[in-house]
Amino acid sequence: MAEFKHKDIIALRDLTKEEMELLLSTAESMREINSRDIKKVPTLRGKTIINLFYEASTRTRTSFEIAGKRLSADTVNIAPSNSSATKGETLADTALNLLAMKPDIIVMRHAVSGSHYFLSAKMPGCSIINAGDGTHEHPSQGLLDMLTIKDRFGRLDGLKVAIVGDITHSRVARSDIQGLTKMGSSVYLAGPPTMMPPGAERLGNVTVCATMREAVQDADVVIMLRIQQERQGKTLMPNAREYSRYFGLNPLNLKLAKPDAMVMHPGPINRGVEMSSYVVDGSQSHILKQVENGVAVRMAMLYHVCGGELE
Amino acid sequence: MANEKTVIMDNSGIKRAITRISHEILERNKGLTDVVLIGIRSGGAFLAEEIGRVTEVIEGVKAPVGAVDITLYRDDVSGQLPHQAVGKTAIPFSLEGKRVVLVDDVLYTGRTIRAAMDAMMDHGRPACIQLAVLIDRGHRELPIRADFVGRNVPTSIKENVAVRFDDENLPIEVVLEK
Repeated sequence: MAEFKHKDIIALRDLTKEEMELLLSTAESMREINSRDIKKVPTLRGKTIINLFYEASTRTRTSFEIAGKRLSADTVNIAPSNSSATKGETLADTALNLLAMKPDIIVMRHAVSGSHYFLSAKMPGCSIINAGDGTHEHPSQGLLDMLTIKDRFGRLDGLKVAIVGDITHSRVARSDIQGLTKMGSSVYLAGPPTMMPPGAERLGNVTVCATMREAVQDADVVIMLRIQQERQGKTLMPNAREYSRYFGLNPLNLKLAKPDAMVMHPGPINRGVEMSSYVVDGSQSHILKQVENGVAVRMAMLYHVCGGELE
Repeated sequence: MANEKTVIMDNSGIKRAITRISHEILERNKGLTDVVLIGIRSGGAFLAEEIGRVTEVIEGVKAPVGAVDITLYRDDVSGQLPHQAVGKTAIPFSLEGKRVVLVDDVLYTGRTIRAAMDAMMDHGRPACIQLAVLIDRGHRELPIRADFVGRNVPTSIKENVAVRFDDENLPIEVVLEK
């Protein structure tokens, strides 16, 4: 099997199919720990992980924190409201100051796309894991989506995956596209033209659909994206009700997909906007399974960036 | 360096050793009551399955068989975590109050066994842990000894002892590589 020799995990674009398979395989093994009475192994004892979140997050930060603790690492959370960033410190200075405290891994979320590459260059001895950067990538979400789909179908190749919503602002969509197309899935994108980036069809084995119907038709998997009201201007959609009518998932248009199709959402959900409550809580929804898999996937990521000598 | 290989135990030798170990396990534990067999991946897991089959033939009851992957419990983690994937630990039953027989193919420094015992403790508090190995090659670095041994093979540290398995995970032979 492949070996994992990267210092950082910043984007699924940087990983090969074999490396992603390795991460998923390790994640499957990590799941066993999460079902024990004693949910802890001593693997990363003595390692220090700093969770540096410049953007709000509950799910991802908690998930990374639990993942680190279950591997016995010491995890420290830094949030913008109580960090020096509010006092005007630059990311470069923050990096140098954190480096002086000798962390082994920094898990960062930042509003600027690509900021992790900058951080990585400033911190040679420390692994950087991307927990979401601007509109670029969110690799742990991409991997946990892949694991959740693999659990359901036993494979990723040959599946039709529809991704619906605000593609332009979605780092989840970009990681999903990178990961899923490398694994052999066919990805169909749908969303209002104002939320579809130019050149989306060049992201890989991707088809840009004019309507939601076209994307969802006969799909094995439907991934609904959150409307990111904090990231977009007011002009991208007239109002939530109109968006919901054309690009919301409800029991009626879900019938277009395959009968056993699975529904996913990276959360947090705007109930009644991108998905009706009936679908969110329905039998085809795998949303909580995604959250559960998130801890195992993040344990695998933390484990593999700590591995041995680097290339 | 020449890679010299000597077969030190053939297929029938392994079978006889496993049969004897199985009888010894039954004798020591007065049957299979509360006995569970846990193999250490990968070789030990296959041998635990074998011992499970043989003891079932002798006693007419089947002891639960599990497998443990010790990667996450290794003591050489800080510098050298392996890049490879972590194998699956499959212990679908509680070890609370059980008589655990740990099974490994080759006993060497004892560090693997130390890691496996730590892993066992995270799955409950066993009544006791016994150790069965096919080959004991010496050179212990920890105070650990086996309760059931297929064969003692004196080796040099430069040599390597490997148990080879076929595609169906049945043991073929034990080779000594110089």
